[in-house]
Amino acid sequence: MSAATEITPDAAAPDATPGRSAPVSAWQRLQAPALTLAFPLVVLAVWHFATYGRKYSLIPPPSDVALELYDLAFGGIYDDAYSQTLHVHLIASMSRVFGGFAIALAVALPLGLMIGRIPVVRQLLDPTLQLLRPIPVTAWLPLAMIMFGLGPRSAFFLVCLGAFYPILINTIFGVRSVDPRLFEAASMLGCTGSAQFFKVVLPASLPAIFTGLRLGLGFAWVVIVVGEMTGVPQGLGAVIMDARTLSRTDLVICGMIVIGIAGFITDRLVLLLGRRLLRWSPGHA
Amino acid sequence: MRDPTTPVIESVIELRGVSKQFELQGQRIEALRDANLRLAKGEFVCLIGASGCGKSTLLRIVAGFEQPTRGEALMWGKPIAGPAPDRGMVFQDYGLFPWLTVRRNIGFGPAARGLASAQVADIVERFIALVGLQRFAEAYPHQLSGGMKQRVAIARVLANDAELVLMDEPFGALDAMTRERLQDELLDIWQRTGLTVMFVTHSIEEAIFLADRVVVMSPGPGRIATEMRIDLPRPRDVSAPDFNDIRRELSRMLHSDVSRKAA
Repeated sequence: MSAATEITPDAAAPDATPGRSAPVSAWQRLQAPALTLAFPLVVLAVWHFATYGRKYSLIPPPSDVALELYDLAFGGIYDDAYSQTLHVHLIASMSRVFGGFAIALAVALPLGLMIGRIPVVRQLLDPTLQLLRPIPVTAWLPLAMIMFGLGPRSAFFLVCLGAFYPILINTIFGVRSVDPRLFEAASMLGCTGSAQFFKVVLPASLPAIFTGLRLGLGFAWVVIVVGEMTGVPQGLGAVIMDARTLSRTDLVICGMIVIGIAGFITDRLVLLLGRRLLRWSPGHA
Repeated sequence: MRDPTTPVIESVIELRGVSKQFELQGQRIEALRDANLRLAKGEFVCLIGASGCGKSTLLRIVAGFEQPTRGEALMWGKPIAGPAPDRGMVFQDYGLFPWLTVRRNIGFGPAARGLASAQVADIVERFIALVGLQRFAEAYPHQLSGGMKQRVAIARVLANDAELVLMDEPFGALDAMTRERLQDELLDIWQRTGLTVMFVTHSIEEAIFLADRVVVMSPGPGRIATEMRIDLPRPRDVSAPDFNDIRRELSRMLHSDVSRKAA
């Protein structure tokens, strides 16, 4: 196929080729981004026409939100308490997301590896952990505030809880679904016992662990608003909660947009890292 | 009792009355009954038989992946306690480590034995060259064809100084052309290295083409039915009349046995 398409233009009409093939390839190049942008543009248009110029609309039009977002980031428009504070809130939230995620990772990864590999540990911990799993992070909020007090420590705990289970479950799954053939192959090559843990179990379960990390980090962003309901002064979640009580819906939407973008960017970074580490895995290459 | 003063020709592998039973969903399955077999050093032995005849079980017992329920499996007169590098296994589904490149897959055994990295690199180069995969040294298994994967699997076992190579239908998943080429390559390696090979297959032709001796197994319960020495000169011609005679003879042995059991 590819050989044929490369050869034909040269053989047929050399001077007509550039003129004819250029618009086709340009459309092909633009097709993907055009499709990607079409849906958000439609949403934006619907939002705009549903809200713009209506005096009693509870939802501000996109242009108001854009102005507010600009003011939040750079100031100079409204000059209120929130002007030019975006970086403060973003950094506060990011530190909780990454901090909570790091703690979750430090606990869930070794725990998952042990539950997956050691029957005694599985018997001891797995039933309890599975029982606690369906409890939503929101439900933990009152208890977290009692245990960790008002403020950032509760936020850390809740974010950590949100990231914990995806990492744990996927690690257990990864460890338990290692092809038994690979253990046989390793042992007949002289790698036996505990050496197999680092030479076989860990690398073989890396794709599943990685999926867990990605989901866990995603969840950490998802629960950040709940995490910051605990009375912390700064953070994107705190901004959203405060703006809600102040009926500043434009500010609420700004918070949502920033969380969305920050979550998206971190996910892309993790994905990039994964492609690098999991080059060997056909599903990740 | 054997007189310790008389020299005995020891076999690389000796199976004495080996039986294996499995428990499967509360049922007792007799996978192998009373198997006796000796392999001389440098011998190429093929095990053939219908599915369920215990040929893979027998191979896995020699590999040390399974322990016999009764009887003894010995290597150089010592009981086989578990898998070890002197008995390398080549699986039908390759069993390569997908996260390692060709180079590192082949170097896995030497590295696991704790050799210095320079030494490992040396060994790896030699065996990559032996199976002709120099150009693919940095490729990952998922980028290779089935034939190339099986070459890596063979090189991996040889690089680890295996003196006995156990092959469980290694070419069963390959296309006919690749299979023939790998059979030739395997014979070539075998003749150059003096390995002992135990090769499971369900193809009569493959068995006759490769083996010094073909062991015919039969199912229900799995056991060794009979065996046949193949004295055809190598390289063997699969279309020669004497090759065909042997094929007919083996086919008769195999089928008479199967039909008798099935009836």
